[in-house]
Parts: sequence; C-alpha cells; structure tokens
Amino acid sequence: MIDWLMEPLGYTFLLRGFVAAIMIGVICAVVGTFVVLKGMAFIGDALAHIAFTGIVVAFLAGFSFYIGALIAAVLAALGIGAVSQRTGISTDTSIGIFFSGIFAAGIVLMSLGIQTYTIDLFSYLFGDILSVRRDDLISIMILGGIVLGIILIFYKELLFVSFDPVVAESAGLPARKLQMLLLILLSVTVVVSVQAVGVVLVVAMIVTPSATAYLLTDRFGVMMALGALFGAMSAVGGFYVSYYADVPSGGAIVLVATLLFAIVAIIGPKRRNFWKLATVSPEPSQHQHPA
Amino acid sequence: MESVPEVLSEQRSNLPAGPAAIQVEDLSTGYQDDPVLEHVQLSVAPGSLVGLIGPNGSGKSTLFKTMTGLQPPWQGRVLINGQPGRPGPEVAYVPQTETVDWSFPVTVGQVVMMGRYPRLGFLRWPRKPDHKIVDHALEMVGMGGFKSRQIGQLSGGQRQRVFLARALAQEPSILLLDEPVSGVDATTQHQIFELLDHLCKDGVTTIVASHDLSCVAQRFDQVLLLNRTVHGFGPPEDVLTQDLLNRTFQSHLLLLRLGNRTFVVEDPDHFHHD
Repeated sequence: MIDWLMEPLGYTFLLRGFVAAIMIGVICAVVGTFVVLKGMAFIGDALAHIAFTGIVVAFLAGFSFYIGALIAAVLAALGIGAVSQRTGISTDTSIGIFFSGIFAAGIVLMSLGIQTYTIDLFSYLFGDILSVRRDDLISIMILGGIVLGIILIFYKELLFVSFDPVVAESAGLPARKLQMLLLILLSVTVVVSVQAVGVVLVVAMIVTPSATAYLLTDRFGVMMALGALFGAMSAVGGFYVSYYADVPSGGAIVLVATLLFAIVAIIGPKRRNFWKLATVSPEPSQHQHPA
Repeated sequence: MESVPEVLSEQRSNLPAGPAAIQVEDLSTGYQDDPVLEHVQLSVAPGSLVGLIGPNGSGKSTLFKTMTGLQPPWQGRVLINGQPGRPGPEVAYVPQTETVDWSFPVTVGQVVMMGRYPRLGFLRWPRKPDHKIVDHALEMVGMGGFKSRQIGQLSGGQRQRVFLARALAQEPSILLLDEPVSGVDATTQHQIFELLDHLCKDGVTTIVASHDLSCVAQRFDQVLLLNRTVHGFGPPEDVLTQDLLNRTFQSHLLLLRLGNRTFVVEDPDHFHHD
C-alpha cells in the first residue's frame, strides 16, 4: 500500500503535480465557500471559459499562459462586477452572452492557430496535472498564497459583506470594493486551477468541496476549513486515480470530489436539506424570558 | 403643504444644546429618474424616539438610506451630529430582513459580532471587550441564551431581535429601524419598545418605521408623517389628526380616541389594498 502510494511521488514531475493538486484543491474550496454561499457558480464557470481565450491568445502571441489567462479573467471579472452592480439588467443573461462569445472567439482562434503551433491546448480544456512544470508550480504556489493571504486579511469583512451587504455598507465597510475583490480572487483561483483541472471542470472544483462542507456544519469558518480538507482529499485521490487508471486528472479529481459530496449528502446530518432543498425550519420562540 | 413644524422637535425642555442628531435640509433623491423624496426638511433632537409613518412606497426606506449615507442626495443634505452623513458605525441601520439568506452558516453570536467589525478595522480580531459588548447586546434584546444557534433556527421575532442586537453592538448614536415589529408577537413587541425607551434615555436617537399607526400613537413621543415629503412632525397628539393622516395616506383612515389612547383604523367604506 505504502509503495503503491509512494511510487508516483518518486518522480519529480509527478511530485510537482501532487503538490500542485493539493494547493489547487485548498484554494478552490476556500474561495468556493463564498461562491457557494453567494450563488456565484455561474460567474466562476464564465471566468474559466474566458480565461481559456486568454490562454489561446497568450500562446499565439508567445507569452506566458498565466499572464494571458489572468488578464482575460480579471478584466471579465471587473466587467461582470460592473454589470451586476447596475440594476435592471439580468446578470445571468449578460454573463451568458458575454462568456459564450469570448469562449467562441477562443475556440476559433485555437483552430486557426493550431496549424502552426504544436502545443496541445486541449489539455487546458480537460486538465493535465502531469504537465505542471517547475515554473508552473512556482506560479501556482505564489498566486495561491496571495489568494489565501488576502482572504485571511479581509476574512471578517468578506464574511459580513457576503452575509449582509446592505448593512455592511451602511456600517462603513467598503462593500462594493470587497465584492469586486472577491470576483478578482475568484478569477485568479480559476486561472491557477485551469492547468490541472481544465476549463470545463474548474467550477466543480470550486463548488463541490465547499458544498460538501456546507452539508456538515453551521459555522462559516468550519465550512471553509472542511471545504479545504475535502478539496485537498479530492485532489490527492484524483491524482492517484489519474496516475493508475491513466485518465485525465481534471476528470479524476472532480469525480472524487463528486463522490465525496454524494456520500456526505446521503449519510450526513443535513441530508434532509439536500433532498428538500429547504433551510432548517424555524422554531417558534418560547423559552427565553428576558429580564 | 411643505411647511414643516420644525419647532416641535425643539420643544422638549430637557434637551442638551448643540447640533441636532439628524438634520435633513431640503433633501430630494430617488432612483434612476424617479424622485422618491422631495424637499424633505427635518430636525431630530438627540435622544428622540420617533415613529415614522407613511404608506408603502412613501420613501421611508429611502429616507433611512440617505441618513446612513447609502443613498446620495440629488439635492440638499443630511447632517448627522452636525457632520455630513456617510456610512459608518455611528448610524446603525436595521433594514427589513426578507433578503437575508437564513441558511447562511453563521451563528447568532457571529452575526452580532459583525456589528463590531467596522469599529475594529482591518486585520484586527475581536477581543475581550468586543465579546462583552456582543454578550451585553444579546442580553438587552433577550437573546442571551441563543448565542451559538445558527440564525436559520430562530423564529421571525428572534431574528429581528438578533439584528437589533447587531445594531446595538455597533454602539451607535443613531438607530434606524425599518419595521422591527412586523410579524413579531405582542410580548416581543413590548420588549422591543421597552428597550427603545431605555436607549433613548441613554441619548440614542431612534427612528422606527412602522405600519402600525395605533402602536406608534401610543409608543412614540414624536411622529413623523412621510409621503414623498414631510406631512407632519411632532408629538402624536399634534400630528395624528384626521387631516394630516388623510393627506399622508391619500385615503381614509379613521382616528378613534378612547380616553387618552389613540387608535387608527382604516375606514371600512374606503377599504383598499396597497
């Protein structure tokens, strides 16, 4: 068993993938806590697709895919934020139009570019953890560290704004800036994860472990910590499945994450919520008699 | 029509001299191109307990939002303790709660602690004094035993009291409550008003928006009638007149006085839905 677990870690390139997968599992779930609670999954999905176009452009223009993806995703996040803060426009629809259009441009560009470029852009669609090079790992660790650091710094403010944006703003917190910050953190997370999980499945990596944690706790901090644990477990589990079954890492990681969710949803304490899709029913007030 | 009995708020003899707690000067504002408030003129003395009355869509919530600095004036200005109003812990706002996600994984204690965050500032974590303030705020609203409950597990009245406790934890000098007693049982309602009386004696200026005219007539030392603009402001006995109420509600409300108690009912011959 130990040999079985240790064997892939003996190769440097596999060890790199292993470490990258854990880091990605953790930051996706930490950011995912906000995404799940604020219902931002669709925005996350859109950002991933837009990042892909940024990657294609980066390859065609010959610069680092991180820079291309980051610029595309952050610009899109700012655009979506600006749209969603105006009233009267359906955010869902405008995101749907916006991201499909930009993703379509990426697909077309890729088809045109692939005749002259040999790099396999398909690995960014479905994820290939084994393609993580030394430079990629450094980028993942630095960007991931920045995301975690910023969330630690603004933890209580992000919590207040996520729970009750109107009162948070009236009490003096910069609510709009914090919501924008959250979108930027989400786009950085998406970019960092695209290489390992792929554009198509990034959103699952962000949402599923946090949703699993949500089924198990009533505390925000615990949900974040448990989500990170499930994210890391999915990443490690998926890594081994990918290695031994020789399947794409993105699919393997997300499959493990989904399995974890299914197990917890079926046997976990909040399972009634899951089936009923309803919140805990309120109890009538009675016992408390203030002086 | 827009003559405002400003003097009425100054009539209380025991008030400290100095700037009004809330001074609204010729305020007009709205959304997109729709004006909601026009030429609102108002001066509220520190420590007042004001009942804010007006029909749906009369601009009660918008007036609160301009006082908290969330809604910028198109014209005129709002002064809070003599300073132009901007968002901050000094003015605590408790909006209506129908948009709150009750399944959010936070406990009662965490929600109330949020009231401390603006005063704490970035990168500062709650300390002992903050926990004491949170405990005290929860005791004041009679929710001391519910600290570790998830908010979704509370009844409607309990939720209202938790949000009131969060406002108190901000240590505000001005408290703006939007329908705090709607959907709350009579006992809770009584407790909340006792608490508000107590706060006003401590110098906290409180404005409570309410649909319940009879309750306002009995509980508040001042009444503000609002519908786009101020239709009346002063002690209930001066302001709750048939004429002013009809002007504010543009409908027919009957005023009943039984002894020294005032009741307001909708004229059954002119029943309408809003």
